[in-house]
Amino acid sequence: MRVYVNGESREIQGNPSLAELITELDLPAARIAVEVNREVVRRGEWGSRMLQDEDKIEIVHFVGGGFGGSSPQRGTKVKLYP
Amino acid sequence: MIIAGREFSSRLIIGTGKYRSYDEMRSAHEASGAEMVTVAVRRVPLDRSTESFLDHLSPTLQILPNTAGCYTADDAVRTARLAREALQTDLVKLEVIGDQTTLFPDNEQTLAAARILVKEGFVVLPYFNDDLIMAKKLLDAGCAAIMPLAAPIGSGLGVQNPATLRIMREQLPDATMIVDAGVGTASDAAIAMELGADGVLMNTAIAEAADPAKMATAMKLAIEAGRLAYLAGRMPKRLYASASSPLAGVIK
Repeated sequence: MRVYVNGESREIQGNPSLAELITELDLPAARIAVEVNREVVRRGEWGSRMLQDEDKIEIVHFVGGGFGGSSPQRGTKVKLYP
Repeated sequence: MIIAGREFSSRLIIGTGKYRSYDEMRSAHEASGAEMVTVAVRRVPLDRSTESFLDHLSPTLQILPNTAGCYTADDAVRTARLAREALQTDLVKLEVIGDQTTLFPDNEQTLAAARILVKEGFVVLPYFNDDLIMAKKLLDAGCAAIMPLAAPIGSGLGVQNPATLRIMREQLPDATMIVDAGVGTASDAAIAMELGADGVLMNTAIAEAADPAKMATAMKLAIEAGRLAYLAGRMPKRLYASASSPLAGVIK
């Protein structure tokens, strides 16, 4: 099936849970947060949340910044959701 | 400075962006004496492994996630929810930008987001255009503080509308008022405090200084000086001189 992770299309095999996807992506599980189809999925529910075809997944972490999209790389503008 | 019942001994809140290195950021944070720093929420890069930015912050600091970069109430609400989930904190610096060139806040979207977030139990600290009526609406919505701008984000222009900040202070004496954005140097922070602000939030003024740690120290002292001057009550301004020595007894 096809899911979208941070805006990127990904073809995945089988019927994985959100927890399995995060493991496969090799992301540090600490201090990240995940939403599926615009709803936050709490950490404790990652294992039981089975992915569906066309799910839109956002995985976020924290970066340096104070205001208005200032980022550690000077002059880089990042839009959160395109 | 009290935010939602929690007392902070430092009146300075600082950002974590634009530093030339993590070391420079840490030295500046330490020199500033700030107890709270703000961080932004972004998509995790999937193409490379990244260390957690939070590991570069002193564990004693209170982390204040922000919604910087959001242009709609909906995006800001989603970002705040994600931040709460990851950090287990109800604090959020709410920021909804209305325009890319000026980075001025969209007050209408900010208010809409604030209403939703307060209902969900967030401690909302909203960044907004310095406007008394908007400040009242944000407080009515249940925001824990008001955070009017001094000048555009990253402009370093200093307090552009001192009269507006003073009016806001006088009309809303019980509100926690934190001047957020636009400070360029220590005197700007002192002026904000002399006008009655409870605190100042800044990023670029420290991060883009030639010596960020030195500027952070300057800001700390300026905020203390400005607060003391506000509490001391300044003398009235006069157009003409007023001698401070007795007029009688001058030798002839």
